[in-house]
Amino acid sequence: MKGNVIKYERDNIDTDVIIPGQYLKIHDYNELASHAMEGLDPNFHTKVKEGDFILSGKNFGCGSSREHAPIALSHSGIKAVLALSFARIFYRNAVDGAFLLPIEIDENTYQRISEGDEINIDISSNEIKNITKNQTYPMKPFSEIIGKIIEAGGLFKYKPD
Amino acid sequence: MNIVEKILARASYRDKVSPDDVIFADIDKVMVHDVSGPGVIKVFDKLKKQGINVDKLWDPSKVWVAEDHFVPSAEKISAENIVKLQNFTKNYGIEKHFKYGMGQYGICHTLSHEEALVLPGEVYVGGDSHTNTTGALGAFACGLGHTDIAYVLLNGKIWFKVPETLYFKLNGKLPDHVMAKDLILKIIGDIGTDGGAYRTMQFGGSGIDEMSVESRLTLCNMTTEAGAKNGIVEPDQKVTDYLTARGANNITLVKGDSDAEYAKVYEYESSEMEPTVAKPFSPENTIVVREAPNVDLDKSYIGSCTGAKYEDLEAAAKILKGRKVKIRTEVLPAAISIYKRAMENGLLKIFLDAGVTVGPPTCGACCGAHMGVLAKDEICISTTNRNFPGRMGHVDSQTYLSSPLVAAASAVTGKITDPRDLN
Repeated sequence: MKGNVIKYERDNIDTDVIIPGQYLKIHDYNELASHAMEGLDPNFHTKVKEGDFILSGKNFGCGSSREHAPIALSHSGIKAVLALSFARIFYRNAVDGAFLLPIEIDENTYQRISEGDEINIDISSNEIKNITKNQTYPMKPFSEIIGKIIEAGGLFKYKPD
Repeated sequence: MNIVEKILARASYRDKVSPDDVIFADIDKVMVHDVSGPGVIKVFDKLKKQGINVDKLWDPSKVWVAEDHFVPSAEKISAENIVKLQNFTKNYGIEKHFKYGMGQYGICHTLSHEEALVLPGEVYVGGDSHTNTTGALGAFACGLGHTDIAYVLLNGKIWFKVPETLYFKLNGKLPDHVMAKDLILKIIGDIGTDGGAYRTMQFGGSGIDEMSVESRLTLCNMTTEAGAKNGIVEPDQKVTDYLTARGANNITLVKGDSDAEYAKVYEYESSEMEPTVAKPFSPENTIVVREAPNVDLDKSYIGSCTGAKYEDLEAAAKILKGRKVKIRTEVLPAAISIYKRAMENGLLKIFLDAGVTVGPPTCGACCGAHMGVLAKDEICISTTNRNFPGRMGHVDSQTYLSSPLVAAASAVTGKITDPRDLN
């Protein structure tokens, strides 16, 4: 999975900035996408391209259970969020709804990837290749259940053993 | 096993579970509201297109529905969502739908306890992050997104990773001027907004034994702001009495074993607790009120599942009795049952005499939805739960989170005020 990085160098990016509360009444996925990241970066929808990744610090997606958050990002074109850690509901919404991949990375990787870098994420080898900088970083492997749900294509397609 | 492990072991037909075990747990109760309900309907539409049968719910009697975020409807999208919700409950045979303008209704988490909809020992999931609130009744109560709730509605179960438990022990009864809200803000300030991430936050000790059920609800409510999977208090006679008074029966009190294990134990002395606020823009950004910045407030907001239970209104009324507010102040009781008690016991008169606007139950401005949202540069003191940028309105507004006592005292002075310092 190849794409360019949009980097937000901060921790605790919360669901209120990913998709502000006033839009919770909206359930049209494309309309939600037009307001993605509005609370933090009003220009997000103009710079994001299909296949991009977001890179951020710890506790990404903290706050509310609104599935609008991964929906708004994925319908903006975001295929994965790379972060030092994730808030739990955002993480499970992203995976169970098959909206985007939440990828945990270490501090070193976080520092070395820059805004605009082209990277390739390979979840079969748990490796991230920075094409722009010709570097390779590890990603934290998914736990067994998360790996299986991702492989199935979301919770509804996953058949428990 | 501790209480959470015991509940999850029972729900997954196992003799024992341990942290990190992945289980499918049977769900006893599930809730959706006017945001997550239409979200679930959207998921159902997608599933139908994939050929998945969504004609029947696993058990409509275990489902209840609240109208809270965007009610009373301020514009047509919200109004249409209420109609969608109404059709949904009708089509699927869900009887417990608390509709505004038709008797009891209110914020979903408030209804969970006011209507005794969840009992000790149950596994309860809701389409809202503050579902954690109801853990104060001794249930495993956890928030989920639309896809997960849709899965529960169709299958009656969902996967969980069994969480580690952080145990917060409170020694001694909180002083009169300190509320559960101050304690939970102090805890979040200490451990951070990811300090409870993926874990259970359990509260115990003599201070919790002394505490009312409603105060325990405040503690569990804001475990969400520490990132916790759930908050919980071992149920006692107070919980039984509380739920029995609200029509529940067959209550069994599930408790942890005497050799229960916890990942970490934190201890707090009640005598050391102080009125506390969280400054913008994070619930972990805490400071004791007497050291809070000397800002000119524009507004005081007493509302939400966190800060508009009966006890919260009583605390605010204690301060506002015979006084006048100096800044815009809103009180929105969290459910009609609370509104009615506040009326019967004279609290509404105290608020109105003080100059307060009393509104209907709604999540309203807490989540920046409607009814009192903040303008650019406005500063609000609020009994709600989050103060991220733009949470209560304009992205350049500011919210200080506080107890109802502090929000009321600050309404009187226009500054962030310790209730002990009011003349």
